[in-house]
Amino acid sequence: MQLTRQIYLDNAATTPCDPRVVEAMLPYFTEKFGNAGSRNHRFGWDAEDAIELAREQAAQVIGANAKEVIFTSGSTESNNLAIKGAAEMYARAPKGQTGRGHIVTVAHEHKAVLDPVRRLMREGFDATFITPPPDGVITVDHVREALRPNTILVSVMWANNELGTINEVPQIGRLCHEREIIFHTDATQWVGKMPTAVETDCIDLLSWSGHKIYGPKGVGALYVRRRKPRVRLESLVDGGGQERGMRSGTQNVTGIVGFGKACEIGLAEMEKDRAHLQPLRDRLERELCARLEVCQVNGHLTKRLPNISNISFGFVEGESLMMGVRDIACSSGSACTSASLEPSYVLKSLGIGDDLAHSSLRLSFGRWTTSADVEAAIGLIERAVNHLRSMSPLFDLHKEGIDLSKIVWQSH
Amino acid sequence: MAYSNKVIDHYEQPRNVGSFGTSKEVAARKDIGVGIVGAPECGDVMQLQIRVSDAGVIEDAKFKCFGCGSAIASSSLATEWIKGKKVDEALAIRNTQIVEELSLPPVKIHCSVLAEDSIRSAIEDWKRKSGAAGAPAATPSATASVH
Repeated sequence: MQLTRQIYLDNAATTPCDPRVVEAMLPYFTEKFGNAGSRNHRFGWDAEDAIELAREQAAQVIGANAKEVIFTSGSTESNNLAIKGAAEMYARAPKGQTGRGHIVTVAHEHKAVLDPVRRLMREGFDATFITPPPDGVITVDHVREALRPNTILVSVMWANNELGTINEVPQIGRLCHEREIIFHTDATQWVGKMPTAVETDCIDLLSWSGHKIYGPKGVGALYVRRRKPRVRLESLVDGGGQERGMRSGTQNVTGIVGFGKACEIGLAEMEKDRAHLQPLRDRLERELCARLEVCQVNGHLTKRLPNISNISFGFVEGESLMMGVRDIACSSGSACTSASLEPSYVLKSLGIGDDLAHSSLRLSFGRWTTSADVEAAIGLIERAVNHLRSMSPLFDLHKEGIDLSKIVWQSH
Repeated sequence: MAYSNKVIDHYEQPRNVGSFGTSKEVAARKDIGVGIVGAPECGDVMQLQIRVSDAGVIEDAKFKCFGCGSAIASSSLATEWIKGKKVDEALAIRNTQIVEELSLPPVKIHCSVLAEDSIRSAIEDWKRKSGAAGAPAATPSATASVH
């Protein structure tokens, strides 16, 4: 395959490190290589100081106290620690029994939330997976309806990773506090991009990650509320008792330093980033919907992050669309590189038909996306969709005015 | 996923894309057979149309495909291979030949199966409409029908 410059529009998957982050990290690979657990020499003290500065930077971006930040390897670990750790701590019955407590989450959460909840269901807990409405936004009413007298934990993401839609997290947090239920939010796509105040938003546990905010991979954090209420977790990793005993293991000092710096920059440049991102996203959607018929933006149009766009193009298939836009690095709505051709469960949970779920692209913008990138992407997508529609039997039927949903297909 | 150069070539320059008219027009013509296989929710729909002479030779073939690059390439290749062949020769084409020609990986074998099915389905449709000898009873199993 020829090597052409790829346009990177997959910032919701990961972001490049900000050079300022890399610069902050570099000394901790070499001269300041100490173990933060070494309490009796300069190398250890330097590492510890660096971690505590990063903890302060991380706390500030979410409006927390530094003592409430636990460093982890990323959002997946943070979600696992929050959900399993809280469920085990607040279980209504001991291990080995059923009826240990009820958990509420949402069908379009990330797998790093859904799978821990499913595991807990095998271990005696009950769970409700809220079906999202067609716009994808989870409201406090959805959660209220799902609560039971024995609900011990609610986990609702702040912003959805495939759609960018924003859930009513502060309202859900307030409801949970009224009912004395622990509230966790996976804020991986949110923190560093949108203003966050865990105190007034009534959040007990919040997960986020470094590599989504121009920091390094392999490092993230979990906010664990310390007062009103003091949230306790059962640790998943036991050992040296680092991170207040909730996450043993020698701290990833370089990663944590980079994570802290990324949080600091994210907080300082939040408005600037947003003012850069939203016009790019809006232009892409406006242009594509003007140039192509049967083109649909998925998820709520305004209750949405400024940097994610999920668009379906009718009558073209997702994988061939990806092939047509291979000069754009982005995500497809269908996971068709795997053996099973499954459209995105997130889009399906919104009630979007299989055909449109298959033919969707998630385009996500970042700090270094340029308007030239967006201009080029619009042209490439338009060309690919038109090329595929010229070959599509479904587009012909649509043009003839035949309703595709009325056809009985003989599938294999 | 890495595609073979042949798949990319068929994707970018598909051979014999098109149809011999609207679905109503082709339904009325006895010299044209249509095969539509697959389903949108499976991510593949292949439509193959063949124009067959009185002597049973496939004079022209057109395809349309909703599907991945391998599905597009398989149907494009199928049209190349069946053009000029007698229907019985076309029926002898096996999906494994398509797999080999396009270097399809195991997860894409179903694309070649679909292409083989579309050939069979189009020929059956032609036989049924033209009343050619040996025509089987109508087999809606491989043809999508509008309700």
